[in-house]
Amino acid sequence: MTRTLRGLALPLLLLACWQAASHFGLVDRRILPPLERVAHTAIDQVVNHGLLGHLAISLLRDMVGFVLGAMLGLLTGALLGLFRTIDLLVFPSFNGLRQIAILAWIPLISIWFGIGETAKVVFITAAAFIPVVLNTYEGFRSAPDSLVEVARAFTFTRWQAITRLYLPSALPSIATGVHLALIYSWVASIGSEYFMTVGPGIGGMIIAGRERFEMDLVMLGILILGLVGFLINRSASLVEARLLRWQQA
Amino acid sequence: MAQQGHLVISGVFKTFRVSGEPLRVLAGLDLEVEPGGFLTIVGASGCGKSTLLRLVAGLDTAFDGSVRVDGDPVTAPSLDRGLVFQEPRLFPWLTVAQNVALGLLNSPLDKARRRREVSAHIELVGLGGFENAYPHQLSGGMAQRVAIARGLVNRPRILLLDEPFGALDALTRARLQDELQRIWAAERTTMLLVTHDVEEATYLGDRVVVMAPRPGRIAATFDVPLARPRERTDPALGRLRDDVMAALQATSSAGVAPKSAPVPAARTAPLLVSAE
Repeated sequence: MTRTLRGLALPLLLLACWQAASHFGLVDRRILPPLERVAHTAIDQVVNHGLLGHLAISLLRDMVGFVLGAMLGLLTGALLGLFRTIDLLVFPSFNGLRQIAILAWIPLISIWFGIGETAKVVFITAAAFIPVVLNTYEGFRSAPDSLVEVARAFTFTRWQAITRLYLPSALPSIATGVHLALIYSWVASIGSEYFMTVGPGIGGMIIAGRERFEMDLVMLGILILGLVGFLINRSASLVEARLLRWQQA
Repeated sequence: MAQQGHLVISGVFKTFRVSGEPLRVLAGLDLEVEPGGFLTIVGASGCGKSTLLRLVAGLDTAFDGSVRVDGDPVTAPSLDRGLVFQEPRLFPWLTVAQNVALGLLNSPLDKARRRREVSAHIELVGLGGFENAYPHQLSGGMAQRVAIARGLVNRPRILLLDEPFGALDALTRARLQDELQRIWAAERTTMLLVTHDVEEATYLGDRVVVMAPRPGRIAATFDVPLARPRERTDPALGRLRDDVMAALQATSSAGVAPKSAPVPAARTAPLLVSAE
């Protein structure tokens, strides 16, 4: 409890500074609107402009891309980690491709897939895919030799070794990858809405606010992004801790 | 019913390649353990005793010579040979009971029978009540007991132990040695234990083999004709310990002093084997 309170101290302090700065005229209100303005905009957006719908669409897009990317990533990472030939053939190219910043793919994706839903989901999928592949791959390769030897001594078949040894020992690493993918795909969801500004979504709302110079709308969007990101991160940590109870504290 | 677990090692040579150079680690080893026997091998580190154990386990099959269990040559790991390593090597994501059950993963027993064997062996090593604990909740001694239960659960003909108590504190080590002796008396599994601890080798073995390093070979063999359960303070055991110690020290000074220091009370001829 005290931990939570201490964690909240800095954000609250920043909000207070923001409020004070805009109230006492330290900064231009058009650039930094006071909190009550933002709150008012929030209510107005929810009631009159379908803010929750925008949020739901962003989240849905995020989830579709995340699930696709994570599943493809798991499969690819497992194949790379378990089969030496595939590893040697594919991993160098993958490693090269991932050096290209994810945002650099946007022009290509928008030419191939347009700037509608498909393109956005493809972009989010790619963003989620990369950390899952890397961490799954690392996880499968990190099964300790000492336990591999135990598996041999007890005459495990290849399948038994995969399900009882390689997969469980890869789980902490896979969890890290999936956790990163959750964060990356949320960032990518917003990015896709910034760059492919067609259709509803929180990112589109922020861009609209900028174009109309409605800083309250921009600030509101940013607060929502932060809050959603925070909640995603927290729930992922909770699920992770629950799944990996066997790990030493 | 003839008792099983007859181990015969004859003419075993083993060479490793170390940065391209061949390094002979075992040179002409002959050894026999009778069914239900308890053989301990003691030697300085690097004498090839763990390598020998890996050959018997079937984890390393690139060697010359022959290793046979009940007449069959060892070509791969088998559930007939249980194995206990120096570290417990438990699967951290499995409970105690699940870890022990790994030893039965490929056994022909049905589910109910497996469950019974698992809980019987957890009891055997004195861990009743800890079935659902995870390895990180166990002490080093308890974890090693789980490893012993895992090695024994399939009722192997031979249990191979590679310095199984080397990483434990003295008190726990002594207690587990007693436990192992009790288990052996109850199960009559053939035991082959490798150690660098002379005390442990003489206390547990029917016969103690001293190995010399570079290349690994048998330097001396001692019979331990003492009744069980043994007393650690038994003067006869103490004398034997001194003899084994002298033989062991002779192996490490062999490079400095001229060869073959006299070894009292030792049968210096390698045990030759007549497999029938």
